Amino acid sequence: MTERLWNILTDSFPKLLDYGIRVTIPLTIASFALALIISVAVALIQYADVKGLRQICRFYIWIVRGTPLLVQLYLVFYGLPKLGVVLDALPTAILVLGLNEGAYMAETVRGALESVSRGQMEAGYCVGLNYLQIMTHVVLPQAFRTAFPALSNSMIAMLKETSMAATITVMEMFRQAQVINGRVYEPLALYGEVALIYLIFCTILTWLQHKGEKRLAAYGGKKA
Amino acid sequence: MMLEAKNVRKHFDGLEVLKGISLTVEKGDVVAILGPSGSGKTTFLRCLNFLERADAGELIFDGERFDLRTAARADIARVRKKTAFVFQNYNLFLNKTVLQNVTLGLTLAGKMKKAQANEIAVRALERVGMGGKLDSYPSQLSGGQQQRVAIARGLASNPEIIYFDEPTSALDPELIGEVLSVMRGLAEDGMTMLVVTHEMDFARNVSNKVLFMADGSVVESGPSKAFFEHPQQARSRDFIKSILDARQ
Repeated sequence: MTERLWNILTDSFPKLLDYGIRVTIPLTIASFALALIISVAVALIQYADVKGLRQICRFYIWIVRGTPLLVQLYLVFYGLPKLGVVLDALPTAILVLGLNEGAYMAETVRGALESVSRGQMEAGYCVGLNYLQIMTHVVLPQAFRTAFPALSNSMIAMLKETSMAATITVMEMFRQAQVINGRVYEPLALYGEVALIYLIFCTILTWLQHKGEKRLAAYGGKKA
Repeated sequence: MMLEAKNVRKHFDGLEVLKGISLTVEKGDVVAILGPSGSGKTTFLRCLNFLERADAGELIFDGERFDLRTAARADIARVRKKTAFVFQNYNLFLNKTVLQNVTLGLTLAGKMKKAQANEIAVRALERVGMGGKLDSYPSQLSGGQQQRVAIARGLASNPEIIYFDEPTSALDPELIGEVLSVMRGLAEDGMTMLVVTHEMDFARNVSNKVLFMADGSVVESGPSKAFFEHPQQARSRDFIKSILDARQ
């Protein structure tokens, strides 16, 4: 390796990591939090079969799952200003990533809710609990355990999808790699380096998922 | 008279499952509800606790009158407060420990203090021989143990009557005895019980009344002893005979 290349790598690594920690990770957390709220709400509306709202939820899932994330980002960031709706790049990224992954996660959560046996609800009623109490103390915790591996999957997918925000000018980790590359032109080294940092982040998330699953399993063993 | 059900009707998808069932239960009665599969026994029991909405019928409970089809949510809650329901497949809360399974209803629905609820729960669990498994999760228990915990969960709220829906049907044969002996103990303590069952020994020796159903109707009802020794209807005789034959 030439000294120049080595210097480029050692100079850029802390810069990229810095953007990763300051932008990519918070962007992931914010978008995931939004996706989680959306998905639980959308899943509960379908589970409880709330008339009217249910159709809106199916429509949302249909639109989001049927169009590419990149197109959605462009539509909101470059398209909506034509209608007078102007959002900054970062809020747009959070909103679109959250809405996008939220649709997939809603199906995960709905499936997990429906996997909880009907008998759990009946037993709850028979010991005098009301619907809300049964949902919060019995059904949702069990559904959460079922959904946990798939939700972790979504979070890992989302971490990588934040790189798409580069296309709407969000200065995140991948965009930073592009900027540095524009100056020094070492695409293999720089994109390899940024790939490595994504890999490190995802490895940490996978490790956290593993810890979480162990903890959930300890609290209650496998489903009978 | 403690409970009276009058003319309970129910249909599913055009099929008439209950064609007007009536039943009277006195305090301390142990009523065995018998009949071939598909006769509507379970549906009848579920209608009494509003787990199914009957198409028609009346429930008189503790002198209070309820319409099984139209009862309001508050009325249903009031009936359920005085009753307990034991399911065929236990339906313990899978994310809760044995102790929490019993206390959940007391603390949330009964607004009881945790310490008091724990005390009541431990007593109920000891009564069914499960006092040593307080911190186990349902998945760590055998079917017989789970069913005993489910009975304790029912007992904890101090119900006036306990409904049992085929409590031993999902159990391995060697586990049936432990559940039946708990139920026998409750009967001896004077608990009022309504038991849908295929356990003929229990019906014959523990229950004092029998309600024999077939095809959604009551074929015969009366004291257990008379039912087993002198069944009046041909269908009852055939049923008792087929069960005895199957055992040989």
